Amino acid sequence: MRKLSCLLVTSLVCFPTFALAAGTIDGGSKQAVNWAAIGMFIGFVLLTLAITYWASKRTVSAADFYSAGGGITAGQNGLAIAGDYMSAASFLGISGLVYTSGYDGLIYSVGWLVGWPVVTFLIAEQLRNLGKFTFADVASFRLGQTRIRVLAACGSLVTVAFYLIAQMVGAGKLIQLLFGLEYWMAVILVGGLMMIYVTFGGMKATTWVQIIKAVLLLFGATFMAGAVLYEFGFSPEALFAKATEVHPKKIAIMEPGSLISNPLSAISLGLALMFGTAGLPHILMRFFTVKDAQAARKSVFYATGFIGYFYILTFIIGFGAITLVSTDLAFLDAGILEKTKSGIAAIKGGSNMAAIHLADAVGGNLFLGFISAVAFATILAVVSGLALAGASSISHDIYAMVIKGGNADEQDEVRVSKIATLFLGVLAIILGIIFENQNVAFMVGLAFAIAASCNFPVLVMSIFWKGLTTRGALIGGFLGLTSAVIGVILSPAVWEVTLGFAKGSAPVRLDNPAIFSMTLAFVGIWLFSILDRSARAKVDRDGFDAQFVRSQTGIGAAGATAH
Amino acid sequence: MLSSYEKIEQDPNYQELVRRRSSLGWTLSLIMLIIYFGFILLVAYAPKLLGTPIGTGVITIGIPIGLLVIVSAFLLTGIYVSKANSNYDPLIRKIVGANQS
Repeated sequence: MRKLSCLLVTSLVCFPTFALAAGTIDGGSKQAVNWAAIGMFIGFVLLTLAITYWASKRTVSAADFYSAGGGITAGQNGLAIAGDYMSAASFLGISGLVYTSGYDGLIYSVGWLVGWPVVTFLIAEQLRNLGKFTFADVASFRLGQTRIRVLAACGSLVTVAFYLIAQMVGAGKLIQLLFGLEYWMAVILVGGLMMIYVTFGGMKATTWVQIIKAVLLLFGATFMAGAVLYEFGFSPEALFAKATEVHPKKIAIMEPGSLISNPLSAISLGLALMFGTAGLPHILMRFFTVKDAQAARKSVFYATGFIGYFYILTFIIGFGAITLVSTDLAFLDAGILEKTKSGIAAIKGGSNMAAIHLADAVGGNLFLGFISAVAFATILAVVSGLALAGASSISHDIYAMVIKGGNADEQDEVRVSKIATLFLGVLAIILGIIFENQNVAFMVGLAFAIAASCNFPVLVMSIFWKGLTTRGALIGGFLGLTSAVIGVILSPAVWEVTLGFAKGSAPVRLDNPAIFSMTLAFVGIWLFSILDRSARAKVDRDGFDAQFVRSQTGIGAAGATAH
Repeated sequence: MLSSYEKIEQDPNYQELVRRRSSLGWTLSLIMLIIYFGFILLVAYAPKLLGTPIGTGVITIGIPIGLLVIVSAFLLTGIYVSKANSNYDPLIRKIVGANQS
């Protein structure tokens, strides 16, 4: 059977060469059917369906559908943001990376977190004060509506599409492994539940699915990390000492390894992770669910805390797996162990299963079932957020604002977003099945690169730079978008691994194109704005002052709807 | 009725709000950038330095440094939020109050 490189783990993408080495899932070794896992998973699905039913009764207006009527509290939104962001990829992928390479996993965790402060300082409040449902509301606030909406919708949909495919393929593989379900059935199950949550419950149901998932995941990870530390008498030194003793790389797991070979590549990846976070449409959309800018700001603070805490836990979990999983024959594949003599390489199901096996090791079958169900819940929460963001782009930006010129009937708009959700769901299922045996590891990296190179520059310049014009934003944004896509195609991950050209032949030697695609976007935006002498450019610049006052004070901002 | 943005721009409270919030926001962003890219450059150019053991144990200085980057992200966000809650929100309330009639 073909090796399914690093799939679920789409997050590993950004260091593709490394990811390939680290995270192979051997599709052949399915887990035995775990009834505890299935029972808990069914419990989760029933609970979320009940919430969806409840939410559907309360989802009437467009504001209910897109932003839960602005009625989510800061604490709830903080959890929901964390639930939206902590994917199965970061949970299983990072702990698997720590399992194989130790310290390198921490470098990843750091990268995934540092975008959040920037979101807090520069984006969250302004976004809440200026927008209503999508980040395109903000980018097009004073610019030419039609063209900027189309640009923002392209940026959103491309980002969402790649992220969604990567999650679907990962979900199929994971569920196949955990529950012994056929791949295509797993993909349809995930896509189907996602469509039900979003179509019937809109943002309210999506938010609560994310909140429940975040709580379960944080609880599960805390328990596991606590159990690992308990084994070592709460002495990190003892844990690390044992890990360096049993790991084939010995003491080298305590320092940066092969992850970063090329400094330029490292910086480029750093840029994509940091600023990509601030350009992910499903994350930005969450700021419209709270009542005002103050709540938006607080919610990112909570989210940063939850996510940072979670990444520290995954580090402990990875080291715990080195000590407790790689030394226990029950979790190892005898054939591979025979050949490699390494418990790390021989882990059943590949390194992404490290956290799952650890759950078994520290908590037995029942806890294994719990963590498996949580991993599934995690996927559902993330894909639902993505589907909602994609559907909003289609219905709010394209249908209501571009096609209907802002005069769409509200009920029609909601209907279009439901149809768009079904369309995206079916598309995601089809693409998930088509890409089953493809290496999709590059897709999340691509999504982050596009978010950092198109969505983020256009958004931040529209908020802060008076000189920005419609033409500048349009040209710069599309330059960033296309250069990011081309840069990824020509990178080693796609050119050599996916397209199969000779090793070393990739025209671009960067794993992530952000360093040049972001530069191109910002320079393009600046240059074509200052050269713009059109009548529209005057309107664009004249609109800035009023926009800036509103972005700072919130006067005139969309309020929460009554409940 | 709300007054026009030109009037708000003249409000000293507004000018103070913009000055303070912008300088804090950009300064903290810069600090985060320096911390993070400092870390990445250490990883890229001085991996052995991060691999220096602390004392006689196996824990290397890279571990607390990495964890500190994570904690610093949280702390910087906390600084911004507490400043904004205690200083900016009252200013915003004053501005809104003064410009509503």
